[in-house]
Amino acid sequence: MKVNGKVVALGKKLTLQDYLNAQAFDLRLIAVELNGKLVPKSAYASVFLSDEDVLEIVRFVGGG
Amino acid sequence: MHDLLTIGKHDFRSRFILGSGKFSLGMIKAVIEHGGVEMVTLALRRANIGGEANILDYLPQNIVVLPNTSGARNAGEAVRIARLAREIGCGDFVKVEVIRDSKYLLPDNYETIKATEMLAKEGFIVMPYMYPDLNVARALAEAGAAAVMPLGAPIGSNKGLCTKDFIKILVDEINLPVIVDAGIGRPSQACEAMEMGVAAIMCNTAIATANNVALMSKAFNLAIEAGRAAFLAGPGRVLHSLAEASSPLTGFLED
Repeated sequence: MKVNGKVVALGKKLTLQDYLNAQAFDLRLIAVELNGKLVPKSAYASVFLSDEDVLEIVRFVGGG
Repeated sequence: MHDLLTIGKHDFRSRFILGSGKFSLGMIKAVIEHGGVEMVTLALRRANIGGEANILDYLPQNIVVLPNTSGARNAGEAVRIARLAREIGCGDFVKVEVIRDSKYLLPDNYETIKATEMLAKEGFIVMPYMYPDLNVARALAEAGAAAVMPLGAPIGSNKGLCTKDFIKILVDEINLPVIVDAGIGRPSQACEAMEMGVAAIMCNTAIATANNVALMSKAFNLAIEAGRAAFLAGPGRVLHSLAEASSPLTGFLED
């Protein structure tokens, strides 16, 4: 799987929510795109990840 | 009397929009409070590890977040960034910023119009950053923009109101809040823009690069309020030759 441009080994079958929790992301503060499509927060628990997936995880930072 | 700034359906008492770049997270709250700021811009970037400090946790609760689309090089990328930003859950505002020119960081007005139209259709409250061109401002209004944000000078330059005459044309002709974004370097320049009738000032680098960021934020707040009051009051006329005494011309001692 590719996460934010880097190849990541998935290991076992996981939901998106499992993955984000395992990486210690605070779900309040992020947004996620899976294979180019925005994933609503409400769908994190029902989306399963696979090795072919491309994930983008974003957050706010300071900026003008 | 309440003199409110209305953008979309939101009313603001403050006419000072703060850009949050270049500050340490610990200083943001003081800058917001000293500036009387109600709206703050943020950027969206990749989150590579969990558990990092997040700027949202450093903003006072009542702050309205204005995500920008910085990093977008065309309309499609701006729309993608705006959708992601909205999903974080801080409301429908978006500052559209489409830049292909990495030397001068000038906005691509054509792609900005396209992005504005797409995002307004999706229910965003769109505030496009633009080069001050009357035809473009009209097209942005037509596309559904809630305000227009012309640049005063290149981003981060602190050079002031280089585009003053062209911003004045937008103030006179466009029936939307005109917010000067980028280039304002000193409170006096913010005041000058407000006196001329712009609706608000957006400022980041001028404050972030000051020696005392909280005090400079206060200075901008005072200058913006002074300029607004002067605009509402209507400046006195200018005599282009000769003079006119302010004191009475009768009752002199030698009369």
